Amino acid sequence: MSESKPATSPKKKTVKWGQAPKLSVLDALYLPAIASGLATAVRHAVSGKPTTRQYPEVEPEIPPNYRGVHRLNRDEAGRVKCVACYMCQTACPANCIEIIAAPAPKDDPHWKDRDKFPATFTIDELRCIYCGMCEEACPVDAIELTSVYDLTGMTRQEMIFDKEKLLSVFDETVKSGRDPVRTNRGKLGPASEVAPTGKDAPPPPGRGKSG
Amino acid sequence: MVKVKVNDIEVDADPKDNCILAARKAGVEIPHYCWHESLSVVASCRMCLVEVGETKPDGTVAMGPKLVPGCQTPIKEGTIIRTDSAKVKTSQQMTLELLLLNHPLDCSICDQAGECYLQDYTYKYGNAHSRLDEPKLQREDKYHIGEQIALFTDRCVMCTRCVRFTREVSGTAELQVVARGSHEEIDVFPDTPCNNKLAGNVVDLCPVGALCSKDFLYKKRVWWLKHAESVCTGCSTGCSIHVDQNENKVYRLRPRENPQAQGHFMCDEGRFGFKYIHDDRRLKFPKLKNAASGVAATGTASQTSDLSFADPWPTVLGEVKKRIRQAIQNDPSGFVAVLSPLMTVEEAYLLASYIKGIDPRTKLTLGPVPMVGSDDLYPKGPKGEPPAPGKVKFTIRAEKCPNRLGVEAVLRHFERAVIHADSLGKSSASAWYVVGGYSAGWVTESLDQAIGTPSLLIVQDIFPSPLSDRADIVLAAGSFAEREGTYVNHAGLAQAAHASIRPPEEARADGRILMELAGRSGLFNAMALRKEIGTNIAEFSAIAIGDLGEHGVRLAKYANQTVGARS
Repeated sequence: MSESKPATSPKKKTVKWGQAPKLSVLDALYLPAIASGLATAVRHAVSGKPTTRQYPEVEPEIPPNYRGVHRLNRDEAGRVKCVACYMCQTACPANCIEIIAAPAPKDDPHWKDRDKFPATFTIDELRCIYCGMCEEACPVDAIELTSVYDLTGMTRQEMIFDKEKLLSVFDETVKSGRDPVRTNRGKLGPASEVAPTGKDAPPPPGRGKSG
Repeated sequence: MVKVKVNDIEVDADPKDNCILAARKAGVEIPHYCWHESLSVVASCRMCLVEVGETKPDGTVAMGPKLVPGCQTPIKEGTIIRTDSAKVKTSQQMTLELLLLNHPLDCSICDQAGECYLQDYTYKYGNAHSRLDEPKLQREDKYHIGEQIALFTDRCVMCTRCVRFTREVSGTAELQVVARGSHEEIDVFPDTPCNNKLAGNVVDLCPVGALCSKDFLYKKRVWWLKHAESVCTGCSTGCSIHVDQNENKVYRLRPRENPQAQGHFMCDEGRFGFKYIHDDRRLKFPKLKNAASGVAATGTASQTSDLSFADPWPTVLGEVKKRIRQAIQNDPSGFVAVLSPLMTVEEAYLLASYIKGIDPRTKLTLGPVPMVGSDDLYPKGPKGEPPAPGKVKFTIRAEKCPNRLGVEAVLRHFERAVIHADSLGKSSASAWYVVGGYSAGWVTESLDQAIGTPSLLIVQDIFPSPLSDRADIVLAAGSFAEREGTYVNHAGLAQAAHASIRPPEEARADGRILMELAGRSGLFNAMALRKEIGTNIAEFSAIAIGDLGEHGVRLAKYANQTVGARS
């Protein structure tokens, strides 16, 4: 008994035990809550302002730290930037990345300064959980998650993206200007940076222009 | 034994030890690059600098004023080694900063990453930042160093282990240090690449990623490889090895240090000779000659599409048992089993006890023992001549099988003699059980003729051969990486090999097949079988302990042989 006492006394001091709020008799009838809910619905119904998102006619604005479809970046020479270090494949908790490395074609002047490159690079976009660990693990900023969120396909096979497909995602997203290449990234990647404030600030998550 | 104090931990060390080995006994790591147990000492990397002092007769301790290389400093009674002082730690940091000055830090594409001593030591003893502002020296990669080796020059830390290896162990001396100062490089003379039969070892010796195996280059990151302790089956030296596999594919073999077997190294024939285990031509399904019993004659997946999920083995093994029994009843002395010298002791024992258990009049024989040339001794002299006796550091043996002695001992126990299957006359028996397992064509003409076309021919093998083509029953067996068991090398050293991968498709490791044939219950368990063999066969009494450890045990019969382990 003497041993259990010191164990319990600090627990009382440090731990705050949460308790359900006590309901008054009126609250226990739930009538005020029902009334306030109905009031909200009626207010929206008569305001004349649409509260529904007009998707897909109006697309929502995606925050810059959104983790969507992957892309493989190109370097200045237009080659795939990936050096096939397998860091993303190692970091991936969903086992959705598969790389086969090969020695770079040294005879080709285009590849002269590279030793190793990914002969194949496939990501199973259906298996991926979009955690962004691959992007954080990449030592050369080659794999990035874009803000492309509306990924669809007719077969499972076409959702397994190969190197060419991932490079084409890069070409498209860079052309659209939505996802600039994040080369000079911060210590922990762009998502860790302090968001700009004021006029330049992007809208908060989930609230597009069309509201 | 002398008493040494390492960071206040007292240990008994061998007076022949240097500071690194003495510290290792105390559980203290002294980082080192250039020093290697089986090479000469050059003390050039300066990584192992430690504080060393001695205990005076009056009990006072006198530490040396300077740091000394731990690899080069011998120990004596009362030696004091300090590796945790500020002086030593600063020195280690500075040494690593120097070694990393021109290192390209391309760990992301370097094959060594994950087992690299530059990474490990920098992490443990180094400084996280480089103060170098100048551009790094960049040097050309050298793919011409050897057929199996590529040199990534700018990763090199100039430990010269590889140079000393080719001079001292292989004796071929192809590798040199050229130029001086920060322009030092490893290179070969024009048109004399490093292609000796031990060349692959320089890749293992290289503590960084400078020397890489072309065979393994960019194939797999090393942290995905799983290691199994095994024995090389290339020749009767029986080198201890690690089999490195991932997802059921063997990527490389590495030598495992074993002073009783071969030392630190292995030959390229063994190192790169494992590829046959993934050959497409391997036997993958057991076959019965007549398809009447429900298993198609060819047994490929497409032809047995309706049976593709059915296990063919119960049918085949039932048939094997039935027909062996029939054949032995009809003509017991006409039944011959051929035990391959590539079988493990356990497999040979299982087969021998099964056949002899049915009728002692049956005959057990030894399969062909492949011999290629003569023993290849290293280090070679300047003209390629073999070394003087007693100076031999490595031997590639002519006998290209791992377990002739083990199988012979089993045969001596069950048959009272070792009969070579080759020496039997033409069509000398009516029924044969032939075990193969060889990596290449092994059916000698005399064996082929001796077997002829008997009334029953059962072949247990990994590749199709003239015998398996005309066999009544073919049992698809396992290669060395799929088997488990004991091999007895040329010097009577019994070493345990562990299975690392599963056999392809429906093939089964020999031990599993024979367990079921012999009607034993339970799974194949090499350890339990070793205990049984050790108690039943006097010659194998040494392996009755079951667990042979990393280095194996010497059979009593060969314990007194003067033949050195490496000669």
